[in-house]
Amino acid sequence: MTPRTLLAVTLLCSAGLIGLSLAPSAQAASDAAASTAATQLSVSNGWVRWLPNGLPEAGYLSIANNGEQAIDLLGASSPDFGNVMLHQSIGNGSTMRMIMVDKLTIPAHGKVDIAPGGYHLMLMAATHPIAPGATVQVVLKFSDGKTLTTVLPVRSAGGQ
Amino acid sequence: MQAPTVPTFQNALDRARHVAHRLPRRLWRSLAAGALTLCLAACQQPPDWKLTDVSGHMPDLQFSLTSDSGTPITEAAFKGDITLVFFGYTNCPDVCPETMARLSQVMQQLGADAKHVRIAFISVDPHRDTPAILHAYVHAFDAEHAVGLTGSDKAIANLARRYRVAYELGKPGPDGNYEVDHSAAIYIFDGQSHIRLMATDNDSAEVLVHDLRLLVANAT
Repeated sequence: MTPRTLLAVTLLCSAGLIGLSLAPSAQAASDAAASTAATQLSVSNGWVRWLPNGLPEAGYLSIANNGEQAIDLLGASSPDFGNVMLHQSIGNGSTMRMIMVDKLTIPAHGKVDIAPGGYHLMLMAATHPIAPGATVQVVLKFSDGKTLTTVLPVRSAGGQ
Repeated sequence: MQAPTVPTFQNALDRARHVAHRLPRRLWRSLAAGALTLCLAACQQPPDWKLTDVSGHMPDLQFSLTSDSGTPITEAAFKGDITLVFFGYTNCPDVCPETMARLSQVMQQLGADAKHVRIAFISVDPHRDTPAILHAYVHAFDAEHAVGLTGSDKAIANLARRYRVAYELGKPGPDGNYEVDHSAAIYIFDGQSHIRLMATDNDSAEVLVHDLRLLVANAT
């Protein structure tokens, strides 16, 4: 957790404890929005496949939308990686290729799986050494302007 | 000068008759039974493969590349073992690691039979995939059975053409990173370097284990 998010969480907790209905800072306001989004969107089955040599790694997770409206995943970032992109592996006959994905729609009362062989978060340029057993933080940005922060465990190359 | 004596087919036949005369009847019977068993084994239905049987449809395994230890390597290094050949590249974060992870699961499930099976990961991105990078990469999945292979552009291109593997280097992005479109097939060769089976990314570890056990049983 970065000092900034730690501060935001601390502020949020304090806000909750003293019963303030107004968010005390801009940062906390955006996190408050994230928690609103979280009431509609939930993340599960998240993990990252570790690879040696600082190679690009893939992040996987499922996003469920319990709301009445479809929501698009528009982007992702991570304090642990310099660059995060949403990619899709597409089998074209016998050849596999990867394409960049601008948005991924999570239907109302639906779920999408960002899972091996399909969509994946391409995590590039790690900001510090990452090893199996660690966790990384990913911030997902959605079309309603809200963000959702999730923590993904890092598994071995074999996915265990 | 006297010509060397070359045994003719007739000589051999005569000799066989001579031996046959001296065989007791009981031994004759057991020989006949043995011949019948041999014929049954040879004439029986081909094994019930779950993967695609491509025997005879592709050339034998043959290459001259550099192993992940940095030394020259040819197909001779895999003689006697069943070899799973996969073309990929280490900067591929999704399909290649997923395939390698599946192959390492296959090895675990094979148990004792895994000692007859090897994994050859052939890079289609030889500029970025140095032997050292390949070494760390394949060892992250299966240090015991996997070998990473790289080589010159020409050697890789020739090998890919030999097995009709399509691959294409993408345009580098602003950060210099690029993707490589490539075949995700797994080519399975027997201990004599003959092509036997092909698997795709849709074939589960269980399906691979099933067919590899049959191949190992046929070979031993």
